[in-house]
Amino acid sequence: MAAPPILPANARKAPSASVGRSGAVAWMALPALAMFLLFGIVPLAGVLLLSFTQWDGLGEINPAGLSNWRSVLSDPALPHTVWVTFEIMILSWAVQTPLSLLLGTFLAGRQRYRALLAVLYFIPLLLSSTAIAITYKALLDPNFGLGPGLHLDFLTQDWLGNGNLALGVVVFVVSWQFIPFHSLIYQGGVRQIPTTMYEAASIDGAGRIRQFFSITVPQLKYTIITSSTLMVVGSLTFFDLIFVLTAGGPGDATRVLALDMYKRGFQANLMGPASMIAVLLVLLGLALALLLRRLGGSTTASQQEGA
Amino acid sequence: MAVVTTEASTAAGGVRSGVSIGRRLARMNWLGGTAGWLWLVIVLIPLYWIVVTSFKDQGEYFIQNPFALPADPTIANYKLVIESDFPRYFLNSVIVTAGTILPAVAISFMAAYAIVRGAGGRFLTGVNWLFLMGLAIPLQATIIPVYLLIIRMRLYDSLLAIILPSIAFAIPLSVLVLTNFIRDVPKELFESMRVDGASEWGMLRTLALPLTKPALVTVSIYNGLAVWNGFLLPLILTQSPDKRTLPLALWTFQGQYSVNVPAVLAAVVLTTLPIVILYAVGRRQLLSGLTAGFSR
Repeated sequence: MAAPPILPANARKAPSASVGRSGAVAWMALPALAMFLLFGIVPLAGVLLLSFTQWDGLGEINPAGLSNWRSVLSDPALPHTVWVTFEIMILSWAVQTPLSLLLGTFLAGRQRYRALLAVLYFIPLLLSSTAIAITYKALLDPNFGLGPGLHLDFLTQDWLGNGNLALGVVVFVVSWQFIPFHSLIYQGGVRQIPTTMYEAASIDGAGRIRQFFSITVPQLKYTIITSSTLMVVGSLTFFDLIFVLTAGGPGDATRVLALDMYKRGFQANLMGPASMIAVLLVLLGLALALLLRRLGGSTTASQQEGA
Repeated sequence: MAVVTTEASTAAGGVRSGVSIGRRLARMNWLGGTAGWLWLVIVLIPLYWIVVTSFKDQGEYFIQNPFALPADPTIANYKLVIESDFPRYFLNSVIVTAGTILPAVAISFMAAYAIVRGAGGRFLTGVNWLFLMGLAIPLQATIIPVYLLIIRMRLYDSLLAIILPSIAFAIPLSVLVLTNFIRDVPKELFESMRVDGASEWGMLRTLALPLTKPALVTVSIYNGLAVWNGFLLPLILTQSPDKRTLPLALWTFQGQYSVNVPAVLAAVVLTTLPIVILYAVGRRQLLSGLTAGFSR
């Protein structure tokens, strides 16, 4: 339990400085600790406390016992929201991971044009989610978007007006935005695999695809776990993209937990129930990070040596 | 580095394997290649469309092929955006980003230094654990208590209201990446400086700081990007138009001019342009550093 949830390499290396000396440097950690406590840890505790209160965002905060938990947990809309959150999480993971692996392996080659491609791939990551959502909203407009403009019927759909299509659009836009980032992580990982492994495999007559699955993928195990953790925990915070792109609609088709929290809290002025949703988000994030870490096994020595 | 690896294995494995590595790299990986070029098209189409459309007037946008170059390029859209107070929003974004990054990176660097140098101490192990836990928690979920805190501190609707939580949210990842880099500084250097009577603060400034400069730049760029593009904190913690940062301004502009797609896209271009320029200048640092913290 005391182990860090992600990226375990950090805490693992053997402590070398003497314990006695730590007092001389410990004060240097205080400013960061103070800021993180005030705006990270205190709010974390606060969100739990607020989930047992009634507050409209302006007036008095009154204790409400378990009533928020009872009402939200019995809200028939909650299972749908949780389901949509997982759907977007799993689908965007399933789209991004194989493509990022493939592109990362491709980018690991040292050709100059691949370096240029990496530069271009990265551009979507520079745009704000707001800008991306606004662009796709206009691009997918059923009357004036790309489809009608090019007279392509398969592109002329009510992309954001149909629940399933809207969900697909969200997954696509998320992939468009983040695949470059994960490709770069995999590129770094692939470049650390010793060339001799591929040589040995070639001598044994293994083809490229065989090499990919029996060397590249297993060697990238920890990179895959890091990348997946970032994707999965990150997907819990797709707020701005969905807020601007679909606002959770049509209906509740893309209403994920983060959006649900915002709508309950800052649109319906029900901060208590919104805090309860926030507690769910925190627990979900922690549980998923720990689960993925468990999947990675306990020893990461080989990965560290390569770094 | 590539060259080194290849040469080393060539020397070790003889000419034959050297050739096979060369071939392995040169031979077209058709699956990766197809995916690579296809992805380029997928990335570039919307970007091309944004730029081209932003120079069209509204009438042309409705009737013309979306990919055609504007028959009569106009900068009226850009003028409209700039006249809609965007210089002010730009300034706000600069203040918020700089006001977050400088203190965030400075205190993260100090914390990272302490965590590396004081490794083994109970207190610092706990601090490190706390920051690592911060990586697993979707910090946006704490927005309601942050909002309460900001109200109680009488900071609501100010740029400082965005800056303070942004600093806190930037700390976990910054500390993680910086500790990884400070750890790479040879221990002997610290030891010899200590023997010469240097204080920890002195070593932080004259030894660790210059040696981890690339990491500091990387962390700054990475966090800067997140703050520059941040939407939730400005949305919740500010209210008046003159406190808007660019993403929020972009969103309100889109709500106002939703029919005028070319103008909205001109706003998208203008809000992104500064970062694209920075990227063009410092991309090597960004690309190489960004993955360094993760592929370890």
